[in-house]
Amino acid sequence: MRAAALTLAVLAALALVPLGADNYTLSLVARAMIFALAAMSLDFILGGAGLVSFGHAALMGIGAYGVGILMEEGTRDALVAFPVAMAAAGLFALLTGAICLKTRGVYFIMITLAFGQMAFFVTQSLSAYGGDDGLTLAARSTIAGQRWLKSPLTFHYVTLGLLAAATGLCALFLASPFGRVLKASKENERRVRALGIDPYPYRLVAYGLAGAFAGLSGALLANLTEFVSPAFLSWHRSAEIIVMVVAGGMAASALRAGGMGRLGGAILGAVGVILVEESLSNFTEHWRILFGPLLVLLVLAGGWRGRRA
Amino acid sequence: MSTTLLLVQVLNGLQLGVLLFLVAAGLTLVFGVMDVINLAHGVQYMLGAYLMVTATALTGSFWLGLPLALVAALVLGLVLERLVIRPLYGRDHLEQVLATFGVILFVNEAVKMIWGAAPLSIPMPEALSGSIRLMDGLNYPVYRLALLAAGLLVAGGLYVLVTRTRSGMLLRAGATNAPMVSALGVDITALFAKVFAFGAMLAAFAGAMAGPILSVEPGMGDGLLILAFVVIVIGGIGSIRGAFVAALLVGLIDTLGRSFLTDLLKLVLPPSDATQAGPALASMSVYLLMAGILFFRPRGLFPAPA
Repeated sequence: MRAAALTLAVLAALALVPLGADNYTLSLVARAMIFALAAMSLDFILGGAGLVSFGHAALMGIGAYGVGILMEEGTRDALVAFPVAMAAAGLFALLTGAICLKTRGVYFIMITLAFGQMAFFVTQSLSAYGGDDGLTLAARSTIAGQRWLKSPLTFHYVTLGLLAAATGLCALFLASPFGRVLKASKENERRVRALGIDPYPYRLVAYGLAGAFAGLSGALLANLTEFVSPAFLSWHRSAEIIVMVVAGGMAASALRAGGMGRLGGAILGAVGVILVEESLSNFTEHWRILFGPLLVLLVLAGGWRGRRA
Repeated sequence: MSTTLLLVQVLNGLQLGVLLFLVAAGLTLVFGVMDVINLAHGVQYMLGAYLMVTATALTGSFWLGLPLALVAALVLGLVLERLVIRPLYGRDHLEQVLATFGVILFVNEAVKMIWGAAPLSIPMPEALSGSIRLMDGLNYPVYRLALLAAGLLVAGGLYVLVTRTRSGMLLRAGATNAPMVSALGVDITALFAKVFAFGAMLAAFAGAMAGPILSVEPGMGDGLLILAFVVIVIGGIGSIRGAFVAALLVGLIDTLGRSFLTDLLKLVLPPSDATQAGPALASMSVYLLMAGILFFRPRGLFPAPA
């Protein structure tokens, strides 16, 4: 109950941001919402099914490159480009997931990282689309021929709407019998197998879905920055998205509003991490020297809390 | 491609392999024995190089600077273990990733503030500069050969330490069943601290030795960390032998791929396609190797006994 309330509260707060915000704040919050979409899609498989993907930035980057490459080839409309970006990232997730899901635990983390790195090096070699230097978009995508995404306000609500819709869909999936199988096989795979259910196809579908939503977030990010580059797919970014999910999950469970796998925490985590990064970097150029220990303290504090409970 | 060039590249590949092994050995021990994912292992390699910069500058000598840098790295390893790693024992792997990622951010930034963002270099020791003639038309830098020898020596020493000594026995016992070793009256906390600091020192040794041939810069450990993870996963987590074999394999494939893959592709593809696909495929090769090995052997080449 409180988990759903947390999700709704964060989304409502995001809906109210444009009241009295300048364009700079709007673009910062749009960035936060885009990462929230990516983090939510990771939480769907990480918290929901126990699959720690260390290649999530690659899925996001494939979505971003989908938009960039299509625009370079003359297709500017979001109604075409966004579904293509989602399909490309989803397909990549399905193909690589079919192999990755044969492994477990740490080996799964590492093999998803391997595929992420492969995608990273492929984008680096795309010399027709900027190669190492990246690709500057001519403009933002149009929607049915209209240049609505140019306005920060419309962009804000389009992003928020997609975030809310994707979160709702993922929550429905997790609450359905499909989601029960995912959750059950996370808790005790042997029992699920004993019931005659093979978790593999369920996990694969979930992985593909998460890939499609990560691709959507990438498509939005490409539009926000009007630029795509191989750095979008770097493993640092994958780690950052994991940080958002785990930190958000810990914060949510501290609020007694569910932990990981309840989606709201990931959204809160992404928005929190982006805002903390931004405010620390306004404070000092060396903001990482503060942000790093903050992460360590968060984990250690979680441990102290756990021991008392 | 001539045999000389091939030989040089094989030596270069082995040398990268040896460096990777020094980093991966600590990583696989900490992972296998303590069940801690330590992303901060790469920054220990970087710290080794930076401490070496300062130590050689202070003492004016490579040979005096090296032990000084190693002792400093050992002490920093102990401090890191006490402050961050010890509370992480038995915690969820994800929380360990989060905390040690925080350590990466902190140390990378701290290094930038202390030593500056510009690349630094370590002067090569006088005795090891210059090159040696291996065969006709093949001169190879002495320092690189020394690096290779030092790495192989450490690998041998490590093998003896783990398989032939009492500490090694405790370490292997701890990897198999830590609570049991603790119940038999061994101070497992102290053992873990020693293992961690020792691993940190090995990584620092790799960084210090690589310093004279690579540029010393912030973030230099991040790329190597990922390769070291690839190595320990290919080798099988917790296995020193696996780490050694996998490190050499990864070092050779990466180096040879970068030097010869484009030319090889030109035999089957149009030159323009080959020059575009070659470097990408070469960068990917170790990851392809890892994905392939994990597909057929999901627990690596030398899985530790469960």
